[in-house]
Amino acid sequence: MFSFQPDRSEYPQPGLDGKLEIDLETGKYLKLWHGPNHPGITGNMSVELTVCGDEVVEGKTHVGYLHRGFEKLMERRTFIQVFPIVCRVCVPEPDFNEYCYAAAVEELAGIEVPELATWMRTLILEMGRFNSYMMFLGGIGGALGLGITGQWMTYVRDLMLDRFEELTGARIYHMFILPGGVRGHLPEGFAARMEEVLQTAETYLADVDKVMFANSVFQLRTKGIGVIEPALFEPYGVTGPNARAGGVAKDVRKDSPYLVYDQLDFEVATGMDSDIFTRAKVRRADIQTSIDLIRQILKKMPKDGPVMAKLPNVLHWKIPRGETYIKGECSRGEYGYYLVTDGSGYPRRINVRGPSYTHAMALLEHLIPGTNISDVAALMVSLHTYPPEIER
Amino acid sequence: MSLREVLTPFSVWKRVLDAPVSIADPFSREASEHYRGFHKNDMETCIGCGTCEAICQNGAIDMVPVEGQNTEKGDSGLRPMIDYGRCCWCALCVDICMTGSLTMSNEYTWVDSDPDAFRFIPGLNEPWKDKQAGYKRENGRVLSGTTRSPMGELHANERIDNFNEICVGYTREEAILEADRCVECGLCVATCPAHMSIPDYIAAVRDQDYDRGLQLLYETNPFSEVCGRICTHKCETSCAAVHEGDAIAIRWLKRHIVDNVPLERRVELIGAPKPATGKSVAIIGAGPGGLTAAYDLAREGVKVTVYEALPKPGGMMRYGIPEYRLPYDALDRDIAVIEAMGVTIKCATVVGVDVQMEDLRQSHDAVILAIGLQMGRGTRIPGSEGAGVERAVDLLRRITAGDPTVPVPETAVVIGGGNVAFDIARSMARLQKIKYGRVGLTLTALEDRAHFLADKEELVEGDEEGVLILDSRGPQEVMRDPSGQVTGLRTWAVTSIFDAEGRFAPAYDESDEQIHQGALVIEAIGQMADTSLLGDALTEKLEWNRGRIKIDSEMRTSEPWLFAAGDAVKGPDVINAVADGHRAARTVMEAIAQGEVVQ
Ligand SMILES: Cc1cc2nc3c(=O)[nH]c(=O)nc-3n(C[C@H](O)[C@H](O)[C@H](O)COP(=O)(O)OP(=O)(O)OC[C@H]3O[C@@H](n4cnc5c(N)ncnc54)[C@H](O)[C@@H]3O)c2cc1C
Ligand code: SF4
Ligand code: SF4
Ligand code: SF4
Repeated sequence: MFSFQPDRSEYPQPGLDGKLEIDLETGKYLKLWHGPNHPGITGNMSVELTVCGDEVVEGKTHVGYLHRGFEKLMERRTFIQVFPIVCRVCVPEPDFNEYCYAAAVEELAGIEVPELATWMRTLILEMGRFNSYMMFLGGIGGALGLGITGQWMTYVRDLMLDRFEELTGARIYHMFILPGGVRGHLPEGFAARMEEVLQTAETYLADVDKVMFANSVFQLRTKGIGVIEPALFEPYGVTGPNARAGGVAKDVRKDSPYLVYDQLDFEVATGMDSDIFTRAKVRRADIQTSIDLIRQILKKMPKDGPVMAKLPNVLHWKIPRGETYIKGECSRGEYGYYLVTDGSGYPRRINVRGPSYTHAMALLEHLIPGTNISDVAALMVSLHTYPPEIER
Repeated sequence: MSLREVLTPFSVWKRVLDAPVSIADPFSREASEHYRGFHKNDMETCIGCGTCEAICQNGAIDMVPVEGQNTEKGDSGLRPMIDYGRCCWCALCVDICMTGSLTMSNEYTWVDSDPDAFRFIPGLNEPWKDKQAGYKRENGRVLSGTTRSPMGELHANERIDNFNEICVGYTREEAILEADRCVECGLCVATCPAHMSIPDYIAAVRDQDYDRGLQLLYETNPFSEVCGRICTHKCETSCAAVHEGDAIAIRWLKRHIVDNVPLERRVELIGAPKPATGKSVAIIGAGPGGLTAAYDLAREGVKVTVYEALPKPGGMMRYGIPEYRLPYDALDRDIAVIEAMGVTIKCATVVGVDVQMEDLRQSHDAVILAIGLQMGRGTRIPGSEGAGVERAVDLLRRITAGDPTVPVPETAVVIGGGNVAFDIARSMARLQKIKYGRVGLTLTALEDRAHFLADKEELVEGDEEGVLILDSRGPQEVMRDPSGQVTGLRTWAVTSIFDAEGRFAPAYDESDEQIHQGALVIEAIGQMADTSLLGDALTEKLEWNRGRIKIDSEMRTSEPWLFAAGDAVKGPDVINAVADGHRAARTVMEAIAQGEVVQ
């Protein structure tokens, strides 16, 4: 078949200090805003591109469109009042915030969570991971003009939202993982309905494999493009599928097991090429892992028991001085909550560590120069960015 | 790139035949059973405690008056109004609701052209009012504690042969745990006759700031050490926590604060009274009513003299309430603080005998009457006149005074089922145990066990101490042998206590007759005031209300210089006497300031 090699003769040369010399006056360059309203942008952020022909010579990420000041807000809320806020830090995968916050509070307040609750939490987190990946598959297809995956995955995600709804009482912001446990038990017949969803998902995913992963156009536009050199992983704090696609088998679920992950049987998916394609592939494998984990959890979890620990009166709950960092593996990598308490009824400081912050701000800027304009969207989606979590 | 990779994607064309998955009409889609949809509130169950408002991090709830909901005991009359421009449907309000009245429906679509419609009061007339489905908390009320910290008590064996205090008081840990449960709604404050700042002093326990706690107590009650032990604690019946668990142990927490501040420190914390005003007030009766008024007036710089008939001050707190419930030194400490404010208490001075009302009127700017109810009522059944039959308050007074002639026979019968009956029964049981090594006491009451007027603890502890408690028995005759010696009490079974109009008219089953052995019968059926101190002229002059001196809401009698407080005019307990004392003092201060007190 054919192979397109761009002419790079027009590409600006770096100066002695390594910086690009871009003189907009020459008329050779064009500034282009990619986002914040762009179907290829994952959420509200934008990349300020400088292009030369259809080559991107520089990309600057801009955030701030979504700033709600949550971390600051939480310092003025009691510990229980923070609970309904945290899920909003990351819209597409909210449960991770609930878990990390709850676990941090429990650790500093010395609260033991009932066993069944830890299983329920794991279940919720895997359901959330599954849904997050549905958004990813839809997004990466969409970024390359393949609209159908987005439609299918939205449907499958909706089926999972039905399960969320019956379990937690809400579709998007579940507010289910309360410090001390979870708010309820599995509804009657939940496992059977979940199994139906998983089977439907599997048929659609098989079709995604055909229409997307086996698609020559998709492969051409993703293989060898957007490569993250493994040497960048450490300095740029790259974690999760972005790192695993570059051969680093890092997964918090395995490396420092939390909840009930040490009682579950699963492999960490990896790849070698570290390009857009491999990152998508790793996530595709992760989806299957999540499906398997959901099945395992539903089979192995205790059938009965309490799901909430006894809490002090939350209206004047004071937590002794302390600090902790709680982390877990979300769909995008290491997600963590750093909580500092000072003995008062309010958190002294809450800091959210979301992978999007490092991946989409610093790393993306590093990866963009040299790409073709039409690849920017796919590159960005391939890092699996959720801007709300950058702007806590 | 192989041909396969070009062709494979086309294989999914088959999906073209799939039925569409979108829901065409989202309005009729039923949400799940536990969906957190629009709020519902059971207006009759809700008590307007505002705990839902307190927890809402969005400030979405305002407590507002609602037509048809009245302010009453344990109910503020307010109801939550929710602003759906702010609500995020977290349901923390539902989880913490003290009564379980607040729930959610699974309704989630609401279209209205009036934006104000979305600030609504659930429970009035929302369309989903009667919908069953929707979020209800599954784990019960877990966001605030429902179980009371138990109070340590002496075991029956340890207490029956002595008058040692039964309740040992909370440890710090127990007190903090108990204080933690309070949701600071303040419903109890309205019920407390003295309107003590309960949630605030409970907060002081949580904060371990006993100095602050004590100052708060003294703002409204100079008998906090007494009330912390024996208050009738009506506040606890209106506590928000009572709906889904135990009421907060308000009384024990009050006691805990006082127990943790030594006497000298109390005086220090309260501070010195205002400079002397040159005014003087006489108070008759050193019970809680008189002494509270004395405390308030002294703090205002008034010279106060309290005239007390008995050898020691305290009134019924000393001469009625037994030592095992209220140790004398606890009472002494409360009184010591009052005396430290400059109050003079003249004991063993009977007004009407040692000093006349007229003298008091002449030598003081005002006089407050707080003489309580010192005379026991009699049953007037055959045989009840004469030796071998006693009135409970008389006996209790003699026991306190250490009178060696108090009769303690091997067997005795008490008539009455109120707290006074139990006080004398359990005191007598102790004396019997000390004297004979065993208890021989029968208590007979008109009421059936479920409706005793005494507190539940009295029944439990009375049982434990070996008092034979007989319910639904009506006294008919005090039995005497030919020599006149009391031998027991004859009773009939009670079939009803009140007639159709609700008047007191006990009816009996005469065929069910019993004779309870006892060489002493004690009547504990009520007390009355001895107003002979007034003298004929004043008695004639004053306005009366069914045998009691008539007072207005501010404790004024019909005589401008005379005010009255406590059991003699209102009652029925220490905290009401305290509240009266405050009110009387306030009225006296106002009257003095306005020169109203004309001699
Ligand atoms: C046995 C018993 C148990 C009780 N238990 C409780 C309880 O657990 N909790 C509770 O809250 N309440 C209890 N009460 C009720 C409570 O004691 C009274 O409501 C309260 O003491 C009334 O206060 P007072 O100041 O009006 O009168 P009192 O306390 O009766 O004081 C009146 C004082 O006036 C004096 N006096 C009367 N006439 C004269 C006179 N002519 N000259 C000088 N002095 C005079 C009396 O000697 C007395 O000291 C109990 C009462 C009794 C009888
Ligand atoms: S659901 Fe949450 S946000 Fe809404 S009123 Fe209740 S506490 Fe407030
Ligand atoms: S917490 Fe419950 S009982 Fe109290 S005001 Fe709110 S709805 Fe009513
Ligand atoms: S003691 Fe009970 S009624 Fe009083 S403020 Fe606390 S919870 Fe409310």
